[in-house]
Amino acid sequence: MTIITRRTLLASAAAGAAASHLSAPALAQSYPSRPITLVVPWGAGGGTDATARIVGSILERDLKQPVNVVNRTGGSGVVGHSAIATAPPDGYTIGMITVEITMMHWQGLTQLNPESYTPLALMNEDPPGVQVSSSSPYQTVKQLADFIKANPGKLKASGTGQGGIWHLALVGWLGAMGLPASAVPWVPSNGAAPAMQDLAAGGVDIVTCSVPEAKAMLDAGRARSLAIMAPARNPQFPNVPTLNESLGINFSVGAWRGIAAPKDLPQPIVDQLTAALKKAYESKEFQDFMANRGFGIKWAEPAGFARFMAEGNAAMGVAMRAAGLARSA
Amino acid sequence: MTFDILMQAFALVFRLDVMAIILASAAFGMFVGAMPGLTATMATALLVPVTFFLDPVPALGAIVTATAMAIFAGDIPAAIMRMPGTPASAAYTDESYAMARKGQLDLNLGVNLTTSVLGGLIGVVILVLCAPVLAEFALAFSSFEYFWLAALGLTCAVFLATDNPLKGFVSLLLGLAIGTIGIDPAAGFPRFTFGSVELMQGVSFIPAMIGMFAISEILRGATAINAPSEMITQAIGNVFRGVGSTLRKYWVNFFRGSAIGVVIGALPGAGADIAAWISFAVSKRFSKEPEKFGTGHVEGIVDAGAANNSALAAAWIPALVFGIPGDSITAIVIGVLYMKGMNPGPTVFLQNPQLIYAVFIIFVLANLLMLPLGWAAIKSARQVLRVPQNVLIPMILIFCIVGSYAMTNSYYGILIMLIMGVFAFLLEQNGFPIAPIILGLVLGEMFEQNFMTSMIKADGSFLAFFARPIAAILGISTLAIWALMIWRVGIAKQPAPAQ
Repeated sequence: MTIITRRTLLASAAAGAAASHLSAPALAQSYPSRPITLVVPWGAGGGTDATARIVGSILERDLKQPVNVVNRTGGSGVVGHSAIATAPPDGYTIGMITVEITMMHWQGLTQLNPESYTPLALMNEDPPGVQVSSSSPYQTVKQLADFIKANPGKLKASGTGQGGIWHLALVGWLGAMGLPASAVPWVPSNGAAPAMQDLAAGGVDIVTCSVPEAKAMLDAGRARSLAIMAPARNPQFPNVPTLNESLGINFSVGAWRGIAAPKDLPQPIVDQLTAALKKAYESKEFQDFMANRGFGIKWAEPAGFARFMAEGNAAMGVAMRAAGLARSA
Repeated sequence: MTFDILMQAFALVFRLDVMAIILASAAFGMFVGAMPGLTATMATALLVPVTFFLDPVPALGAIVTATAMAIFAGDIPAAIMRMPGTPASAAYTDESYAMARKGQLDLNLGVNLTTSVLGGLIGVVILVLCAPVLAEFALAFSSFEYFWLAALGLTCAVFLATDNPLKGFVSLLLGLAIGTIGIDPAAGFPRFTFGSVELMQGVSFIPAMIGMFAISEILRGATAINAPSEMITQAIGNVFRGVGSTLRKYWVNFFRGSAIGVVIGALPGAGADIAAWISFAVSKRFSKEPEKFGTGHVEGIVDAGAANNSALAAAWIPALVFGIPGDSITAIVIGVLYMKGMNPGPTVFLQNPQLIYAVFIIFVLANLLMLPLGWAAIKSARQVLRVPQNVLIPMILIFCIVGSYAMTNSYYGILIMLIMGVFAFLLEQNGFPIAPIILGLVLGEMFEQNFMTSMIKADGSFLAFFARPIAAILGISTLAIWALMIWRVGIAKQPAPAQ
């Protein structure tokens, strides 16, 4: 791999400037001259994988080089996120980073944080919903909230692993109502789909995953979505009210996905990739795909994405410390 | 009405382009399945970008065909080289390999192929006829039921250990211990990772499996490289000879294996590999000649060969009816269904019935196609046996390395494979069986996670494990089996009491 890189660099240097060391424009002119690897920190078949694969296939057409989607799973996302951060910043390894990058370091799982990357583009954000089984007595989120206040610790909730984004959504929602995290104990699961199945099987009472993740069970009439934790309703699910509408509290959080590269990626490559990603984001295929799955779309260019992550990172730090999920430093 | 829909479905399937795609994905599935480390799940993931550009029926047909072929094809390298092509073949790899060494390779592969085809067809029939009912049953499983299922599965280790139950038990505990490496499934805290990022993903199961079966076998071969070759030398005979009489003799096993496969496959938490383990253990438990197991006996292969292919189709039941994946393959399929506008749920049978029926037809076609294609694959794979051992062993090693790398996309997989290979070689030299280690790795996380989540749900009360009807039945049966086993050990010990 090193040899190929060196040869590519030499070739572009010879073709480009006469200077003895490589100049950035020369690199950009020949970029990309070989296949690009797109690392996904989550397993094949999930929402992140599906989003990355559609982005990858559109990028491939635009950049005229194969884009190989590689799943580096495990370690609650740490493995894949470190694979992206530690790759050489040459534009040939990029990755889809997810909201967990603003969370894992507070838990003490890794040193990596949003600063460890060159942000390229934010592509998606999904707010959590509050789902209950269709056989449960709660018809509105208000009824549910009143029961929780009257019987703290009685109901159990699930949706992802311990300290995951949907766990934090639950704790944040409880906090906004003035309740401690122990009012609804968390049952860790391997993700939203197993949690929704457990909800239908009667194993847990509440699942705070995103509404698209709950869609199949909602369509099957096995679950009800009582509210979403977002500033506005989701056009795909117009009947689900926001927390503010039904409880008068303003709490919103979201799971997001974006494309990033290792830190210190040369600016010309950043510009080229961001332009290609913008084209992919605006393409009909991407828009149709996300609408079909019910996934939310959200765009931000590198500077905006960096700001978005920095704000999210700070907010997560506060929320996780409040929830007792942060590792005391 | 129904007839109309069926005709439409046939029209959707029997088209030149659809047939071409099915044939191509069948060949692709055979190749992927026969390559150790490349699994049916990976075949599906690799097909997803292709399905973007296909109509719904060929898109799903490609996945159905490729996975059915892959699950069978995994049996071929297992028998020839003791290297299971997919995890679904791991349960009976040793038995198949022992048969091959006895000179019964033809019979083994013939039985594997035939039971795969017929088991797959039974799975499809159940999928078509009973999907809503079985999905309802599968949906009632919560962590309490899965805990008992995992406990029952671990009990199988006792039946798998051939001569020395104590050593088998030690192996199982080793497997469970290795399974605890990585992030704790309940608390999300790293265990035994020593600060290594790679170890946080745990000991990857497939590289470990390749190492323990294939590398340990290579090492054994290498220690005896100068000894006269005991490679299986037999004339290329008729693969189907003797299959008929085997099936006539073991038809109960075949139906039992298929039934276990369907039920386990329909459960969202367990797939073809666990179905194969459980049906193999059940086969031995109820066999009239359990002492023959482990010496190259065809009986358990009838059960397990049918079970893993019937589980494959049954995994579609919860996926289609509730959008809940029955295994890792259908987890990917659900994404494809959404992309093609066939949103899973009970309405999928009402909105586009002709598409679903077309998929069912492809299921049947794929299983029928497996017969000639599987036969061809066996014939060509047998040529491997003519390669001299000193050429073959390095080639197997290369396949092992490629497969392990492909699983984790890093050198970590190769390292795991090599370490586990040497470890398994040393264990086997000292009489410890390796099948229980693999079973421990497969079921360890399921066992632990469902125990932990159940305890959280029940606020620490053990009675909750018997509070739900299915959990109570499973729990009491498990405890009864354990009590029976302990009682039997007690009886056996009495004439010669332990020092």
